[in-house]
Amino acid sequence: MDIIQVNNLTKKFKDFTAVDQISFNVESGEIFAFLGPNGAGKSTTIKMLTTLLRQTAGEIKLNGYSPIEHPDEVRHSFGIVFQDPSLDDELTAYENMEFHGVLYSVPKKIRRERIEHLLNLVELWDRRDNLVKQFSGGMKRRLEIARGLLHHPKILFLDEPTLGLDPQTRNHMWNYLRELNKLEGITIFFTTHYMEEAEKIAQRIAVIDHGKIIAIGTSQELKDKTKTNSLEDAFLSLTGKVIREEEINSTDRLRQMHRMHHKRLGH
Amino acid sequence: MKIIYILWLRQLKRYSRSKSRIIGSLGQPLLFLISLGYGFGPVFQKAGQGNYIQFLAPGIIGMSIIFTAIFSGMEIIWDRQFGFLKETLVAPTSRLNIMIGRTLGGATVASIQGLIVLLISVAAGFRPVNIMLLPVAFMVMIVIALLFTALGTAIASLLDDMQGFQLIMNFLVMPLFFLSGALFPLKGLPMAIDLAAKIDPLTYGIDALRSLLIGYSNFNLMTDLGILAIATLVFLLSGSYFFSKIQI
Repeated sequence: MDIIQVNNLTKKFKDFTAVDQISFNVESGEIFAFLGPNGAGKSTTIKMLTTLLRQTAGEIKLNGYSPIEHPDEVRHSFGIVFQDPSLDDELTAYENMEFHGVLYSVPKKIRRERIEHLLNLVELWDRRDNLVKQFSGGMKRRLEIARGLLHHPKILFLDEPTLGLDPQTRNHMWNYLRELNKLEGITIFFTTHYMEEAEKIAQRIAVIDHGKIIAIGTSQELKDKTKTNSLEDAFLSLTGKVIREEEINSTDRLRQMHRMHHKRLGH
Repeated sequence: MKIIYILWLRQLKRYSRSKSRIIGSLGQPLLFLISLGYGFGPVFQKAGQGNYIQFLAPGIIGMSIIFTAIFSGMEIIWDRQFGFLKETLVAPTSRLNIMIGRTLGGATVASIQGLIVLLISVAAGFRPVNIMLLPVAFMVMIVIALLFTALGTAIASLLDDMQGFQLIMNFLVMPLFFLSGALFPLKGLPMAIDLAAKIDPLTYGIDALRSLLIGYSNFNLMTDLGILAIATLVFLLSGSYFFSKIQI
């Protein structure tokens, strides 16, 4: 069964087309990756799938619901780990989890049990009463994963989840996620521009560039299609070798400020 | 509603955990009170206007309230990208509830700051004329806090990054404060300043506080409360409207 169905999805910002008629499906229980350079339209697509942005044209069905017509049902169906941390730094790990539970109307008793279970899963239970601002980037990411799963969603979205993390943390993270995928059948949809990650973790990959999906398939299929030996070469062959010129936007400026204040980002 | 409560609680926890910020934000009101109060005191007295500390204290209380309130509204800009706001926007709960929770929380924190500044003023020599009216004065502080938290929320919902924040602080909040009669009586002013003071909602808030705390006011207390209430309602409505339109 397809848990995500996207048909001719388009998003235009004034005269700029960020996402240009993309179509793809994700099967329930699949691990699916969106691979593409910066500015390709990955984050914009995720925002449309997660009710944060309205599409200009096209249809989305998530768990059978449309984000426009049934936003709350859609929101119950997914959890998300954003590219930039969305935790409250001045609250404890436990409080952040509790908050999420209340926002998603998880009943108190179940909430408490799940918080304990999930914090143990990501090995943060003994840090539950520490303020998040004392956490390293990797710990924050783990907490966000635990938090995103609190309401037992069918899908977990991760936007560049391992950006800035060291290999051990990355490895740990994907281990939890793969466990969850195997045991609970949770669908995992992530975006990345790390080739080895896409190759190792994802079952199917969609290569996106300039707002268009250039190719979809398993890592092997993409290599066969481009007659290359590594996903990286396949990717370069599909998207070209030119460096992308990008204009700094307000998000990047805020990120710079954040980096200045939070020196531990990326540990 | 549990959600409003937990958002309110969050603002309070954040406030009570940042001890250095609390003490820091009390520094400025204290500085103004001591330096202006005792500095201009003799001049004020000589001009036949009485005790300046008495006159000034309600203004300084107002100052701490509006700066704290606007700031907590403006936190939204930061929260939008790096925090918590994204988490709340993606959750299956109405934006109105989120806005109400945040605004009530921010206003509570600003009111508590106002109360602390009141205590500091008393330590510096301020004497409210009627203790029985203190609870009413506190109610007025809460309304002022709500007004400016909602204003901060409305503005922050329209801005994209922190650069606008500086502009707003210098060209909106400072003028609102300085032209509100917090620091000087509103009598015999040049027409332009008089007009500015009259359209500044804070003027009525400070005037109401003066009326209740020292028994002196420029306008009628009822006028003050009426205008304050209307202004607060307008900003609460526009705050929720703009908040609901936020796109990340």
